[in-house]
Amino acid sequence: MRTIAIVKRVLREMLRDKRTLALMFIAPLFILSLMYFLFQNNSTSVAKIGVSNVDTSLVKALKNQHTDLASYGTHANAKTTIRQHNLAAFIHEEDGKLTVTYSNSQPSDTALVKQALQGGVTKLKVQALVAATKTQKRVLQQQAKVLKTVMAQQQKLQAAQGTTRGQTATVGNSTSPKAVPAYTVTSHYLYGNSDSTFFDTFLPVLLGFFVFFFVFLISGISLLNERTTGTLTRLLATPVRRGEIITGYLVGYGIFAVIQTIITVTFALTVFNVHMLGSVWIILLINFLLAMVALSMGIFISTFANSEFQMVQFIPLLIVPQVFFSGIITIATMPDWLQWLAHIFPLYYGGDALMNVATRGFGLGDVSGDLWILVLFAVVFTALNVVGLKRYRRV
Amino acid sequence: MAQPMIDVRDVAKRFGDNVVLKQINLHLPAGRVLGLIGPSGAGKTTLVKSILGMEKVDAGTTTVLGTQMPNRQIMQKIGYMAQSDALYETLTARENLRFFGELMGVKGPALAKSITHVAQVVNLTAMLDRRVSAYSGGMKRRLSLAIALIADPDLLILDEPTVGIDPELRQQIWAELRTLKQHGKAILVTTHVMDEAERCDELMLIREGIALAQGTPTQLKQEYAVDTIEQVFLKAGRLQDENHSDR
Ligand SMILES: Nc1ncnc2c1ncn2[C@@H]1O[C@H](COP(=O)(O)OP(=O)(O)OP(=O)(O)O)[C@@H](O)[C@H]1O
Ligand SMILES: [Mg+2]
Repeated sequence: MRTIAIVKRVLREMLRDKRTLALMFIAPLFILSLMYFLFQNNSTSVAKIGVSNVDTSLVKALKNQHTDLASYGTHANAKTTIRQHNLAAFIHEEDGKLTVTYSNSQPSDTALVKQALQGGVTKLKVQALVAATKTQKRVLQQQAKVLKTVMAQQQKLQAAQGTTRGQTATVGNSTSPKAVPAYTVTSHYLYGNSDSTFFDTFLPVLLGFFVFFFVFLISGISLLNERTTGTLTRLLATPVRRGEIITGYLVGYGIFAVIQTIITVTFALTVFNVHMLGSVWIILLINFLLAMVALSMGIFISTFANSEFQMVQFIPLLIVPQVFFSGIITIATMPDWLQWLAHIFPLYYGGDALMNVATRGFGLGDVSGDLWILVLFAVVFTALNVVGLKRYRRV
Repeated sequence: MAQPMIDVRDVAKRFGDNVVLKQINLHLPAGRVLGLIGPSGAGKTTLVKSILGMEKVDAGTTTVLGTQMPNRQIMQKIGYMAQSDALYETLTARENLRFFGELMGVKGPALAKSITHVAQVVNLTAMLDRRVSAYSGGMKRRLSLAIALIADPDLLILDEPTVGIDPELRQQIWAELRTLKQHGKAILVTTHVMDEAERCDELMLIREGIALAQGTPTQLKQEYAVDTIEQVFLKAGRLQDENHSDR
């Protein structure tokens, strides 16, 4: 029951603090929107594409207001040409096979090229189809004419059948339509991979990061305040259990973390139409666990700070490195010792799970390993917190 | 004999090499008011916290209501008012009272009744629904006292309860303390106000880590052959210093 009293108090204090509420609920949306527009194709951007030995009809089809095409020699090297001329992509054609090399340093440019390529190929197909239809129409008209003549001939003359047969054969020959150009496209990337549409890929990780960051900061500072204003000592002069205090905090701020996650995820899914392969519920669950880790960690870290300013000093030390290991930078290509280091950060597991669920459609069972480790983090920090309160009251 | 509310035996406490309490014995039965006096930094707050079990003592034992401290359950029977106000500034006075009431295990209608009563005692009824951040220093002090009284505890431990409180209200508060005493509660109060010390049933003067003088106000005045407790305070201190310089 005392836990409920603490939960109620935490909620009430939070609701009174409009600034902090806004920070928790609106700031993530603001940053997300900002990133969305930063990484979105805007209508003024133009991707430079180099082509070599590409069919002129395709080159023509590739042209739109977002592309700028330049021709290079048949033997031009994709990599060096891209570097030299700062191209977004280089397309080489050989026997109907297209080899596309994307610079991919700007995922938005890559997206433009892909759009143009897809559009171009479709355009060619449509053109071919239209042409085929036209031929067919012509053939049909011709056939009709022939048929008329034939009928007239049959009626009037009842002549030999050989002529008629011969004419039908000619018509039959001309009906076979011209083959639709079927290009096979092979893609290469100088940086990253085909998933690198920045916003889509990293959004789930960003969500996790926001939840982690804000919950860490707010819970840490609030317990710090409780310590510096003396209310924590005062609390412990009542029969409350140390565990009840920590639980009250976990539940109280946990509620805010859940609301924050739901708002941010809903915002991303509805406003930005971000596509997630896996279940949204698993995404919410992972974020909730991250919030619990952040909460217990924030409370724990706050014991090493004597002021809010000192609490903020932990951000570059503890929060920023987590971003690097959250999956935004590919961990598999890091040096061994860095890969090893990554394993001490909760956001490494959270980011991994979020990425797998959102972009690879993993289920709960596939990410359970990551989730259990997050649970372990939360449990360990919570236990440390309960023990840590012994400083104020030994029982 | 009834069991004592507080029983402190040979308590010693130091912070690093700063010896605060050398050897303190204290005994408080029910229905009595014990006043702790002594110069600033003498260790009054330290002693109070040791009694509550919030400060670890180096030697000796403290027993409250027959139970050795620290003990969590006993906290329910102690109304504590700390020297510095520890209040939730963004909450209203009523919310603060309710919160601490709930932690002390007071529930439902009893809590509502208790809030009304303690607010009356400290004269805060009209301001109950104002946020504490808008309170004056004296109002905060009164709210802290109200919180100490909320669970109708058997033992009250008040660390300088009347600092920043006007004379009229101070009279009122002491009248309430007297009523509580008559209802069999024990009260331990630290103070620097000598006329308040006069109102205690018993006084203990702490100086340089020991209980320099102990007894009823009248006894102390006789012992030192002076007219007021203030003079007892000064004379006892002077004598202690002279003893030291003899050595
Ligand atoms: N947490 C602490 N760490 C180190 N020293 C402390 C601590 N708390 C108190 N002290 C020291 O113990 C001594 C006694 O402090 P205490 O607060 O008990 O004094 P006091 O008698 O209550 O004084 P006052 O009348 O000013 O309130 C002081 O010298 C103080 O510096
Ligand atoms: Mg003091």
